[in-house]
Amino acid sequence: MSRGDVLVDAAWVESHLDDPSVVLVEVDEDTSAYDKGHIRGAVRLDWKTDLQDPVKRDFVDKATFEQLLSDRGIGNDHTVVLYGGNNNWFAAYAYWYFKLYGHDAVKLLDGGRKKWELDSRELVTDVPDRPKTQYTAKDQNTSIRAFREDVLEAIGQQNLVDVRSPDEFSGRLLAPAHLPQEQSQRPGHVPTAKNIPWSKAANDDGTFRDDEELTALYGGAGVDLGKDTIAYCRIGERSAHTWFVLHELLGVPNVKNYDGSWTEYGSLVGVPIELGDGS
Amino acid sequence: MCGAVAGGPDIDGIDATKEAVIQGIVTSDGQPVSPAYVRLLDASGDFTAEVPTSATGQFRFFARPGAWTVRVLAPGASVDRQVHAAVGEVADVTVTV
Repeated sequence: MSRGDVLVDAAWVESHLDDPSVVLVEVDEDTSAYDKGHIRGAVRLDWKTDLQDPVKRDFVDKATFEQLLSDRGIGNDHTVVLYGGNNNWFAAYAYWYFKLYGHDAVKLLDGGRKKWELDSRELVTDVPDRPKTQYTAKDQNTSIRAFREDVLEAIGQQNLVDVRSPDEFSGRLLAPAHLPQEQSQRPGHVPTAKNIPWSKAANDDGTFRDDEELTALYGGAGVDLGKDTIAYCRIGERSAHTWFVLHELLGVPNVKNYDGSWTEYGSLVGVPIELGDGS
Repeated sequence: MCGAVAGGPDIDGIDATKEAVIQGIVTSDGQPVSPAYVRLLDASGDFTAEVPTSATGQFRFFARPGAWTVRVLAPGASVDRQVHAAVGEVADVTVTV
């Protein structure tokens, strides 16, 4: 797999705006961003109401995912191009989610909504009317999803990559600095985890750094890419960005995203937690 | 939009006595800039957080006390401002691009 198979630039998107085999999908943390303007033809997925079970903390099941994509007019043969705000955090999360349910042809728009806006490219408010499809999903591919038991077993054995900011990793903050800090769970990180913030994989404009820089980034931080890897953050969206870098851009096998992440791990009774800046 | 409101967003509803708030507004020729992106960099220059400006050009971070750099990205511009955050204080920044 090469970068071109998983990542497209704005020029590619502009030249495929009227391509019937391509569906643009915007996924944002701020789900109102789409209403203010989106790339022409793009449909919206709401990471919270569309992709999370409304009752228990988990993903929607296969049948609900199939219904969701059918309603949005996304078919099994479509190439799905995802983009969003926050340097593609939630777009990367949706990318990983599409892969989890077995959709092969998925790509990310490099730089996401931010670069598109900073380049002053066109955004529209018209919502496209796409014909419904009959989407069929596969069973979840859990080879790319880590659960809490996997994380506990990985301590000292596999790479644990904590992609939160240094202040969250050390325990000085409980949440990213643009969010209020009132969570109740314990601060810190999983013992033996390396802190490689997701942001180090991206340029200021939100595009990904090149493969050479990315390889040097993880190698320099002591991550042995020959070992299995679990990435985590606070709720699994920033670590989906790093999962994309490791698994999709660099082609590292056996990388899992732990979507429970710190909000689950930091609330578990009796599990080991490390404070401070790590080794 | 008819002119920029001075300062950051309204602090109502936030218990500012417990937070170290950095906030402000991005303007160009006296008008609020939206979209612009505001990045918060720590004392080592490492990225900590980023928010888009609101329709009124405003932004806010809940930081930890200390020295920070606020970096504003707008179409065709990138501007840095040094800011000091302290618990119970609201550091207000006006950035002109």
